[in-house]
Amino acid sequence: MATLFGINLFALSGQLLVGLINGSFYALLSLGLAIIFGLLKIINFAQGAMYMLGAFLAWMALQYFGINYWVALVLVPLAVGGFAILIERFLVRPIAKEDHLYSLLLTFGLALILQGLFTQLYGSSGLGYQIPAELKGGTKLPFMYLPNYRAWIIIASLVVCATTWWVIEKTKLGAYLRAGTENPQLMQGFGINVPLITTLTFGFGVALAGFAGVLAAPVYSVSPEMGSNILIVVFAIVVIGGMGSIGGAILTGLMMGIVEGLTKFFYPEASSTVIFLVMVIVLLLKPAGLFGKEA
Amino acid sequence: MKVNKLYLSLFGLSLVAPLVLYPVFLMKVLCFALFACAFNLLLGFVGLLSFGHAIFLGTGGYITGSLMLNTGITPELGILAGTLAAGLLGAVYGKLAVKREGIYFAMVTLALAQLAFFFYLQAPFTGGEDGLQGVPRGMLFGLIDLSDNMVMYYFVLAIFLFGFWLIHRTIHSPFGQILKAIRENEPRAVSLGYNVNDYKWVAFIISSALAGLAGSTKTLVFQLASLTDVHWHMSGEVVLMTLLGGMGTIFGPVVGAGVVVTIQNYLSGGELGNYISIIMGAIFIVCVLAFRSGIVGEFQKMVKKNF
Repeated sequence: MATLFGINLFALSGQLLVGLINGSFYALLSLGLAIIFGLLKIINFAQGAMYMLGAFLAWMALQYFGINYWVALVLVPLAVGGFAILIERFLVRPIAKEDHLYSLLLTFGLALILQGLFTQLYGSSGLGYQIPAELKGGTKLPFMYLPNYRAWIIIASLVVCATTWWVIEKTKLGAYLRAGTENPQLMQGFGINVPLITTLTFGFGVALAGFAGVLAAPVYSVSPEMGSNILIVVFAIVVIGGMGSIGGAILTGLMMGIVEGLTKFFYPEASSTVIFLVMVIVLLLKPAGLFGKEA
Repeated sequence: MKVNKLYLSLFGLSLVAPLVLYPVFLMKVLCFALFACAFNLLLGFVGLLSFGHAIFLGTGGYITGSLMLNTGITPELGILAGTLAAGLLGAVYGKLAVKREGIYFAMVTLALAQLAFFFYLQAPFTGGEDGLQGVPRGMLFGLIDLSDNMVMYYFVLAIFLFGFWLIHRTIHSPFGQILKAIRENEPRAVSLGYNVNDYKWVAFIISSALAGLAGSTKTLVFQLASLTDVHWHMSGEVVLMTLLGGMGTIFGPVVGAGVVVTIQNYLSGGELGNYISIIMGAIFIVCVLAFRSGIVGEFQKMVKKNF
């Protein structure tokens, strides 16, 4: 067994891997929140419920229609994003002019309904989802055993996050988005359809949560509570990072996953609270968040 | 004078209510009404949405519960200790939370509450998943036996009236006027020389201590303190009560608490129990879309228009 300074490297890298996987989900969810916040200035409290919805849709697609994992990975985010577009158009937009706390409460209500609905339909014990045949098994590395599906989660999430970052920071479409964040009235004056961009942004931000849900289905049990537990952690991560930058949201998500993994190794009792403690420290030292701009 | 008559007739009603309605139900309503009033002090009068207020309710409950179980303390001291503990936690959490505004404030309070939730889940004195059961109600001042529900009711009513009076007094004091000024126009309040964060902080402490008072009392009523009271679900419920009743109104949270507790009692008995979460969510959406002033707020608007 490989040890360094009396530390069991095998166990440490195992926890780091778990941390990196959790971090991948944190990154996807906080990226979605940050994109939506940028343009709409609202926090989507239903982001966790949409992640849960993504996992359940993948499970239902396989169970009832025989749709495999790979197809679900494309179709489910589209379905979740489409659902989100309807929500934006018919529920969020009518109150866009009111205090943004109302949209927080609206999406909270939505989260309660979704969670209640799936508890009613499938119970709260959780369902299993098979790892796709192509990704079964694992690779033996010198210091650890790496299951293929876990490696896939990290790669898929990094690719999606990096692509999103590139589109927003480097392309014309992204320039519209950033301009809309700065000054929507002026952009509308240039003849750009801001309401349409807003709707699509909301849809895309939520679709990221749906995508994360499908990725999560084979590793976590598919249960109605899976969304609310992770969402509160993601809120703390968003406070830690600040929502000023897209890259910041992704980095903070991954970083906090790793911090959590390390804590699980060195002091497991604090592993469920460490991210909240980091938030407290950040609030004391740099209240605007690590990547925040204001104040 | 009209208002005084209203207060007097409501007070009269609350005295005779347990002769008609089940006292335990009324006590539950009063505890939640006090909780919602405390919460409304922040949301309705300072404009701060705390999404973790359940933690103060639960802290009051746990401290009172464990003291009543493990020491021979009298109930009024147990409640006092629970209230102080919640106020102390509120002082720490409030100091942190007022550093951020708006939506961030809501997220910070929720995350801080979750931090304490995990602490209570693991701490030995809370009984973990089982909670604290069989908490004795004890002898008030060492003299009056509270195990009788009618006696307990009047004790709870007195506590509620004290809390309600304190909030009423706070809102109508010069301090309360500054809180409202912060709600209406924070930059203006800053430019007038008020240290806005300190005012928010003090309001947060008052609110959390009163939420703790509600939780301590609730623990004595049901002789139980459990994780339900510190869960984020409970934080959501108090938001719903306040929104439904009318935020920023004096009686709104009381009405909202009454309606929500009634719905829950009615549903949990029947086969619709599983639908509570769905129904609560639907009420949230309807309130936000079409009913933002709440029951009392809409009623006040109607009275103003027609009389």
